[in-house]
This record gives sequence, C-alpha cells and structure tokens, in this order.
Amino acid sequence: MEPWQRAEIPGPVKAVLITKPEVVSALIKRARRPLFVVGTGTLEGRGEKLPLDHVIRIARAGGIPVVATAQTAVELRKRGFQPAARMAMVEICSRLTDPRWSLQGDGQPHDLVLMMGLGPYYMEWLMGSGLKSFAPHLRTISLNRFYQPHCSWSFPNLSEEEWYKNLERIAEELER
Amino acid sequence: MGSKLRVKADELQLPWLKAKGLELTLGRVVREWEEEPGPTPMPDIASLREWDKKLLRRYQPFYLPFCDLCCLCTFGKCDLSKGKRGACGIDMKGQLSRLVLLSCTIGASTHCGHARHMLEELIEKYGRDHPLDVGGESVYLEAPVIRLVTGIKPRTLGDLEDVLDYCETEIVHLLSCVHTGQEGDNLDFESKVFHAGMIDHVAMEVADIAQISAYGFPKADPEAHLVELGMGVVDRSKPVILVIGHNVPPAIGVADYLARMGLEDQVEVCGICCTAIDLTRYSRKAKIVGPLSFQLRFVRSGVADVIMVDEQCIRTDILQEAQKVNAVLITTHYKNLQGLPDRTKDPADQIVRDLVEGKLPGVAILDSEKAGEVAVRVAMEIAPRRRKMGIIPTEEKVMEEARRCTACFSCVRACPNTLPIPKALAEAAGGNLKPLSELYEPCVGCGRCEQEGICPAGIKPHTLIVGAHRLETAEEKFKMRAGRGAIQDVEIRRVGQPIVMGEIPGVVAFVGCSNFPGSWKEVARMAEEFARRKYIITTTGCSAMAIGMYRDENGQSLYETYPGVFDAGGLVNCGSCVSNPHIADAAIKIASIFAKRRLRANYEEIADYIHNRVGAVGVAWGAYSQKASSIASGFWRLGVPVIVGPHGSKYRRALLGRKEDPEAWKVIDARTGKEAYVGPVPEHLFFMAETVEEAMVAIPKLCMRASDTTKGRSIKLNHYIDLHRRLFGELPDDLHLFVRTVADIPVTMKDEVLAFLKEKGWKEFENPSPDPTLIPRLVRVKEGG
Repeated sequence: MEPWQRAEIPGPVKAVLITKPEVVSALIKRARRPLFVVGTGTLEGRGEKLPLDHVIRIARAGGIPVVATAQTAVELRKRGFQPAARMAMVEICSRLTDPRWSLQGDGQPHDLVLMMGLGPYYMEWLMGSGLKSFAPHLRTISLNRFYQPHCSWSFPNLSEEEWYKNLERIAEELER
Repeated sequence: MGSKLRVKADELQLPWLKAKGLELTLGRVVREWEEEPGPTPMPDIASLREWDKKLLRRYQPFYLPFCDLCCLCTFGKCDLSKGKRGACGIDMKGQLSRLVLLSCTIGASTHCGHARHMLEELIEKYGRDHPLDVGGESVYLEAPVIRLVTGIKPRTLGDLEDVLDYCETEIVHLLSCVHTGQEGDNLDFESKVFHAGMIDHVAMEVADIAQISAYGFPKADPEAHLVELGMGVVDRSKPVILVIGHNVPPAIGVADYLARMGLEDQVEVCGICCTAIDLTRYSRKAKIVGPLSFQLRFVRSGVADVIMVDEQCIRTDILQEAQKVNAVLITTHYKNLQGLPDRTKDPADQIVRDLVEGKLPGVAILDSEKAGEVAVRVAMEIAPRRRKMGIIPTEEKVMEEARRCTACFSCVRACPNTLPIPKALAEAAGGNLKPLSELYEPCVGCGRCEQEGICPAGIKPHTLIVGAHRLETAEEKFKMRAGRGAIQDVEIRRVGQPIVMGEIPGVVAFVGCSNFPGSWKEVARMAEEFARRKYIITTTGCSAMAIGMYRDENGQSLYETYPGVFDAGGLVNCGSCVSNPHIADAAIKIASIFAKRRLRANYEEIADYIHNRVGAVGVAWGAYSQKASSIASGFWRLGVPVIVGPHGSKYRRALLGRKEDPEAWKVIDARTGKEAYVGPVPEHLFFMAETVEEAMVAIPKLCMRASDTTKGRSIKLNHYIDLHRRLFGELPDDLHLFVRTVADIPVTMKDEVLAFLKEKGWKEFENPSPDPTLIPRLVRVKEGG
C-alpha cells in the first residue's frame, strides 16, 4: 500500500491495513482507555454528512472521549456533542507520549488512540510518527480516508463512499 | 576587541627599509567602549548551555520523525523505530535533534556566507573605514545583537570582519557536531541548535547594517516610502529585468547603470524575494513582483526579458524555465552558477553580443557592476524581438487542456497543499474557470504537479491555474512600505514601559517564507486583526509582501492604513530576511534602554529579561527554509516563542510547555530570592498551529509574561478571551492559569470569568507580581539579607 502523498516514505514499520471495519470495533471494545483525537480535516467533505458526523456516532457508540483540535470543537458542539477537551494537535500528541498522562488525570494512561482529520495529511503523518516512536504504550488507529502508515492500523486509500461505509460499519458494530 | 590595525603605504623610505605598496596588518586592536563587558563575550558552544537547559526544562522537545530511518553514514540505513539505536549508537531523539541542528547550521551558514560576501564587496567599494550608520542620532544603540553576543561595538565596515570571523568559527564547530559519532544527547543537540540561531542573528545583523550603511537604505525611518507590489505593477511595454534572490549588490549594479545612463524610465526593474525588498530600499523606481512562490508564474508569463539571480531561494531549474520563454539568464554569484560559462573577465560588449545573438542561454558574471550593465543592454536589445513571449495559456486553451483530465488524482498527491485540481479542471472543462482560478492563491508555485510522469495525460496543472487567473493577475497592484531597518531608540523609550507592563499587549512578528497552507492573505488578515487590537506588528521578507498583497475594507493595502512606527497599532516592515535581527534588537533594546540592563556580552541576563518581560511572539506562517529554522532558533534562545503554520511541522520538532505542571512555571523573585509560581507564560517556545484560527488564539496567549501588571494582564486576557470566544465559541478552559488576581480580570467580562474561576476552584496567586528571573545570580537580596 502506498501512502497518499507522493514521496512520503515511512520506514520498515508500517500500519496494518484495516480491511474489515469490524477489526476496529473489536479493538475499541477491547481497549481499556481509548481516546479519539479529531481535527479540522473532519470538517471537509461532500454530501449530507461530514466525516465529523461519523466521529460523533462512533464516539457515542463506543463511549470514547473526544479531544478536538483547533476549531473542531465548535462544530462538535453545534451538533450537540461536547468534546472532552479542546487542545492543539501538538499539545495532545506530546502529552500522549507521557506514560503517566491521561485526560482523566489519574495516572492511568490511554492505551488506544483513534485519529481523524488532524490537519493536512502530512501533519497527521507526523503526529502518527511521533506517537509511534515515543509512545510505545499506545496503539494508534487512523480512521482517515487515506493510508497513514505510521499508525498501528490504518485504512488503505479509499474512495469517499467506501470510507463512509467503513465508518458506518464501525459505528454499527459498536452500537450492537 | 575591535578591528585589525592596517597600515598602507604606497611608497616608504626609511634608513633601513625601502618599500612600495606596503600593507601591514597588526592582529586585532582592542578598541574599548564605555560599557563594561559582561560574562560571555563571544560565547562558544557550551558557554550558554545552562541557560539553554533552563529553557529546555520548561519547553520540552516533541519530535516528529518523517520516517524511521537514519541514512547519514555508510553504517546505514539504520532503523531507529520503537526505541532502537543505530549502528553508531544514536537514538531517534538524538537523530531528530541532530537534524534540527543541521537545518539551523545550514541556515546560519547561509546568512553568514551572504554577509561575508557582501561585506567584502562593500569594503572593496567603500573602504574598511566606511562608518556604520543605521539611523543617525535616532539610533545611538546600533547593532544590539552584535554587542550582546560578541561584546564588540562596531563602528565601521571593517569592524564587522571580526564579528564574522567569530561567527564562521562557531558555525564550523556546530556543523562538526552533526558528524557521526559526536554528540549523543538530544538536549545538548538542542542547546547547539540555540547557539546556531544566536550566531545566525549576529550574521544577519552584520549583513543588514552593512548594506544600510553603505547603500543608504532607509535608516530607521517609520515613513519609509511606499513601493509598488504585485504582478500587475510591472510595465510590460518596457524591457524588463527580473532580479531574484537575497544578495542585492548585482541588482544595485542594474539600478546604478540605469541611473548613470539616464535610462531609468526606459527599463523596468522588478524583483522576487529578498533581493526585491532590498533593491526597493535603494531605488524608488524598482518594483516587487511578489514572494518566492511567484517565481514560476512570473517567469513563465514571459514578461521578464532578462532574469538575474544571486543566491538563496532561487529555483534551481531557473535556467530551463528561462529558456522556455527565451529570456536570458545572468547568474551573479559563485554559489549559483547554473552550469553557465564564467564571463566575468570578458568585455561587456562581447558578452552582450553573445547573449543578444543567442549564442548562449545565459552567462555567469561575478562582478556586480558589469552584470548590471550587461543585464540592461541585453534587455533593451532583446525586448523588441522577444515580444514578451510567455507560456501561460489563454482561457480557451485552459478549457481545452482541462478536458483531457482523467481525474486520476496523481497531481493532488504531488501537491504540497493537496489542492483539488481534478475537480477544478472538471469545472474548467465545462467552461467555468472560477474554481481553477481560485487555486491561484493557495498554490505555493512549486510546480510538483507538472513534473515528469505525474500526469498521465501530460496536463500542466500549475500552468493552467495561472492561465485561468490571467485576467485577475493584471489587477494585482498593491503597496508595501520599504524596509525601514532598525527601530529607533526614541521609539523604544516610548513603548518600553507599556510593553513590559503589558499595556501594549504584545509585539507580533510576521516573518518567514511563502510556503503557506492556504492563501497568502491569511497572513495579512492576522496582521490586520492584531494591528486593530493595538499590538505592534513587525514583519520581514516574504511575509512582508504577503501582508502588502491584500486590500482592507477601504480598498487600501495595510501599509497605507497602518503607520510604520514601532508603537501600538503600527505596522513595521523592517526589510528582508537579514533584517530579522532588528525585531530581536527591539526586545534587546527594551532591556538595555528602558530597563538599563547591561547589554555588552551579557546574553543570559538579557534573554532572561526578554523571556520574562517582553511579550513578543514570532509567526512564520509559511516557513519553508533552513534559514527560517535558524532565524526561529535565534528567537528561542532569547526566550521568544515562535508559531509556525502546518508546513512548519516538517521541521520535525516542537518545543512545548506543560501548562498543568506547576513546577515548570516557577521563577525566582529577584527582590526576595524566593520562588514564585507565575503560570504558563509563555506556554510554548515552538508551536505548530493547525489553522489560522488556532494561531490567532495562540498569539495573545503567547504574549503573556510573568512581569505583566494587573492592567497589562487584563488587556492581554481581554484579547485572549475575546478571540477564543469568537473563534472557538467558548471561554478558554485554561483561563484559571492566567488570572493571577481578581484585578487581572477584564472589567467587561468579570461576572462570567469569576463564575468560571469558581467552577475551577481557582485561588489567587501567592505572589502575583514578582520581579521574575530564572537566574539565581540576579537575586538582589541574598538569603537572610
């Protein structure tokens, strides 16, 4: 699988491809303390639903706290969803490298981080690599439309239609 | 310290010596000045390490590797992922900090090399004893960075040679640290990064004060003239010479030749990037096309008959691009010869003939005056024949080409900004050029979408974007204030107190290149927002152009609306890249002139003062170069935070504070020697913003300082809360960390903020107004005293 942006080369350790969305639901269900980090890339899309709407459905179904970056929180609140926190992308990702840090502040770290729309593709690439290198206690899942090889799991490059179907399937599995 | 003593004698006759053309140099003469030197004259790599470590304890690096590998030596490639070390023993943090050092050393050496080259040329022309003058009586404290770092008070061009000797020595040592098997600790690498940045600022200051003094650029003049800016300001009916780069002497060679020959009204001279800025500081006739991202679009427009390049930020395929439009290329610097024959020693007549007859696509002429003469003569001769031959397609041709798009998205994957090219081409194919034309502003002009093998149909998206925008391009006519250089001492006296007290809410420096994530107008909008809010806005380089290429609600460029004074609500264009130290200088001068701190060779104390008291922040929204990284690191060592746009994340390292950690935000109260918690001010030292909105909220927050008075903090909080609420829709959730006493709360927000603070369990700070320092030796009252 090739990364979406040309010339981005990750190295020997690459994300496992998510070929079945059920795998993501299972990983979320198994996680002790998951977290969803969501950026402004989720505000861009065609059709009735934005990627952000899928974020809300998955977060609600999985009971996953959401950290929203930049102005994403505004759009979440407009949709009646209160994020657990608003932080800049580098602020949340750097904290996630600290094995004693969690949103709850009780010293029990997160063990699974879902990411979607963290700015432009290359910015999420770098956040993924920062976590891969310096947060060995974490597993990361990119729910972006395009392959993010620095995460532990990632979708391959998908059409918008396929991507939305996958996201819906994850939510359905969690809602069961 | 001071200049070398040089004795020259054309003819000397002594009882024991008979000599002709004698030149004697006697080492270095110590020329003292009134101020006692501080503890760190000409610091070496380790001299300021303790200061650096203080900053790095507060602002920890967060590394963001592009890939898992190191491929710098033949042991490799080595896989450094997940805690592995390479064959030499280096780990990922070490490797990433090493790469940051490499980037900053490249940047510092580039400015230093530029300064050395120009200084040599200026000394040859004006002499070693040519006096330095950056502002006459209004700038008594000239060269603050040089004085602060080296302890030298330069008076003449010759004095600057000693300063560069020091810089060059340090840069060599810094670069050697990147070699395999040297440093292994990431924080020691980071300390060296700061050193590289500090040296960079010294070298830049040398370059700018030398050119201001020798060429008579505006000298700290808030009313420097307005310059014409934009693609549409170039008179296409005349022969046109385009200058690109950073080293202005060859472009001045053009201007001087035109003036000497009385041809100023017959030939158009325009420029891209910093050479353009510096040329307009010299000549009121010169015009600016735009920032470095405008190279391809302007060259391909065919308007320029002769393209003259010097050094830095020039497209390395400039010769091929010039050939596409039958323009002649003249390279003027040994750093960038483009494979062209060196004709420096040939007579101008012969070079002109060869170029006009098309025997050569271009030449290298490493003599500024000769290059200037040849450029003018060639432009005048070939212009009638070239007829501005360009390769920008007509609207009809754009639509025709667009119909061949198969929407494979290969161009999108090659585009740094992932522009939606296929969608826009689909619209263009149907006759609607607007979406394609709208890609003109967020296009960074790199041309990656047109590279061989990207588009299977052979479409040239960048060219089509420029074609779709053709009509609007002709209307790109703006004004920019010429770079004024230094800040006057009297301006510092006026604003020193309100800045330190926080009553002027901050100094925001929009600097750096044009690798913007969206339209360049985002920079202008940020500048406008904070100028309206009475921050002091300073700017340089491509960002200064970006601010100019925008019209406000009155249809004016911001330079026409806001005054060029260093005061609340002023918009101060200092000049080109090498003018950046004037911004640092302003902060240094506040410590020296307003607070009367010793300046000379007293880096740590001045940086401590600036970090704790001067609410300044740099914004490099489109930073792309290694020079931009070293400029930023020079600000970091002074304790000044820098915000970059999304592309800045590719520098691969942030310096971030943890606001929730109270230990990180303790200072020493210099009055008592006791520790005091001051809150996370400023919260970060190097921060990457995802969006303009995020940057705009970060700016007022990063302008808060430990020394703010309650009135000052109240003003700063007012801006922070107001912008946070407007852009993020609610009160900031970290407000309790910045409100020290009830008196800090903006009056109009009192009830709302008090309710929020109550919810957070907020308590007043124990010592809300300490005399803050991070340096124990600056405590005035010793224990028990």
